[in-house]
Amino acid sequence: MNAIEIHNLSKSYGKVQALKNISFEVQQGELFGLIGPDGAGKSTLFRLLTTLLNPDEGSAKIDGLDMVKDYRLIRSRVGYMPGRFSLYPDLSVEENLQFFAALFGVKIEDSYDLIAPIYSQIEPFRTRKAGKLSGGMKQKLALSCALIHRPSVLFLDEPTTGVDAVSRNEFWDMLATLKTQGITIFVSTPYMDEASRCDRIALCNEGSILSIDTPQGIVQHFDAPIYGIRANNMLALLESARNAQGVIDCYPSGEWHHLVANTNFDVSKFESEFNHMDDFIIKSIEPTIEDVFIKLMKR
Amino acid sequence: MKVFIALLQKEFLQIRRNSFLPRLIIAFPILVMLLMPLIMTMDVRNVNIAIVDLDHSSTSHRIASHINASEYLSLAQSTAEYPLALDALKHGDIDIIVQIPNNFERDMTISTPERISITANAVNATKGSMGLQYTVQTIAKALAELQCEKSPINVQELLTVENRYNPTLNYRYYMIPALMIILFILICGFLPALSIVGEKESGTIEQINVTPISKLTFTLSKLVPYWIIGLFVVTVAMIVARLVYGLSPVGSVATIYFGAILFIFTISGFSITIANFSDTMQQTMFVMFFFVMIFMLLSGLLTPIDSMPQWAQRFTLLLPPRYLVEILRSVYLKGTTFIELWPNFVALGIFAIFFNTLAALTYKKQA
Repeated sequence: MNAIEIHNLSKSYGKVQALKNISFEVQQGELFGLIGPDGAGKSTLFRLLTTLLNPDEGSAKIDGLDMVKDYRLIRSRVGYMPGRFSLYPDLSVEENLQFFAALFGVKIEDSYDLIAPIYSQIEPFRTRKAGKLSGGMKQKLALSCALIHRPSVLFLDEPTTGVDAVSRNEFWDMLATLKTQGITIFVSTPYMDEASRCDRIALCNEGSILSIDTPQGIVQHFDAPIYGIRANNMLALLESARNAQGVIDCYPSGEWHHLVANTNFDVSKFESEFNHMDDFIIKSIEPTIEDVFIKLMKR
Repeated sequence: MKVFIALLQKEFLQIRRNSFLPRLIIAFPILVMLLMPLIMTMDVRNVNIAIVDLDHSSTSHRIASHINASEYLSLAQSTAEYPLALDALKHGDIDIIVQIPNNFERDMTISTPERISITANAVNATKGSMGLQYTVQTIAKALAELQCEKSPINVQELLTVENRYNPTLNYRYYMIPALMIILFILICGFLPALSIVGEKESGTIEQINVTPISKLTFTLSKLVPYWIIGLFVVTVAMIVARLVYGLSPVGSVATIYFGAILFIFTISGFSITIANFSDTMQQTMFVMFFFVMIFMLLSGLLTPIDSMPQWAQRFTLLLPPRYLVEILRSVYLKGTTFIELWPNFVALGIFAIFFNTLAALTYKKQA
């Protein structure tokens, strides 16, 4: 059985269509990433799957339960961590955890083994008010609260947005640990570099799914040659490279410009054309998920 | 039930953690009950009188001394020139001018004398008209006294006046029940709404909504703390009324509590309904204020419903405070019983059920 099954799901806010006819499945025990820029419809999909919204069209099953008919049952089986910190800032760490345990009718001790790797890190601060915690600690507390009732599916909406690089890394390690407990994790992120930590990812933009595959599969999907170029004058390079023969697309990516070529592209010819620029370098590179995303978006 | 207790515990914990709510809940009823009745009064006192005495007779002196002796009037000025007094009236130094014409005493004994003229500053209509009445009464009393001294029958002894239920015409006794209602509206009306909208603004409601808690349980957990606080407020208000103003209900305390409980149910349900429709504190406050203004000014709390126009009187039937103020006043002052007041209790009961049902129905767990 699949943990999440989505069939032709659509949702509009007035005239704005936030989700357009989306269908896909997430397998049991999978760490599934939903990757896309702001406004792609990620949060809407989360709110639909956690039964906070009703769809306009289509249906979805979570843990085999219908999202509209069985919403009460779904709520007791899923854990949800919204993008914004939404625990009680005026209650202490411990009080928040106890409160959410009581809401689900469980005891902290019963799920302690599950949350221990995360909660033990903030336990020294258990009497501190949740509002006074640092960003990374807030996130750990929120995750502990979302796990307190041993959910079978965990929904994490942009958990790493606004968190520093070290804590982000730590967070993904925690998710990997949770996965070993058999919990299905559905996570969204605007950061392409986090995609490789997922089992499978879905790239989405403007309410549609562009592609679904493993991170490796998605990258392999990229069928055009890709190069990295750089020179002293990056701006001039970008403009003239875009007009060169055989170039499909050229865009900045960190310290390099990525150049996507078609079959007419001749590297040595391109090199001789641009060699007059100071410090010009061109090299063949492996495509990243970001490159795939940009290519899919432009299609 | 366990879940409900957890929710309640959380509410009380949050109230206690709040830096000023607990203080407000205790200080507010005490301050309102202590200060407002002392300051707010419809009794017109300290009406300043100027006498323009052109007569200089024993009659005019008698009038002046009566005015001076009155507890409402005070003789501020005595001049021989009307324009001077008018000037003082214009400056607000005096409120009423009494002019006694020349040869008033002499003419009184022979024929109809020239009239005594009274001029009042009516910028404050209440003070003007009440002050005028007091002045007329005082002068009439002075003149009657003079008449009596000459004739065998004492006119005053032919009249006897009794103010039933509030023998001293104490305005405070009229105000205290109204103040109690204002307290309920402010504490049990505003606080639950702000508590729910606060959860909306901080996003915590989202986290609650994905739990299997039912609408009813969550709404109740928001209401119950304020019901308890409301009962505490009634008790404090009744104790203050008793200790400070010596006002204790002639009727039964149980009837008062019952009315108060129904009203607290009503106003808190009303408050949650408004919270369900608003997304920000600002919105909630403004909408609440709109209704609270209507409640306070049109429910007969401060001005009698009987003196409103017919259509407005009919409109007040839709205002819950109207029923409670009637219950409180008649139980406090007349000792009216529960049975005599049953239509008011039924009305409040209907309001309570209506608003609380509406509150539970309009709470959206799904946006």
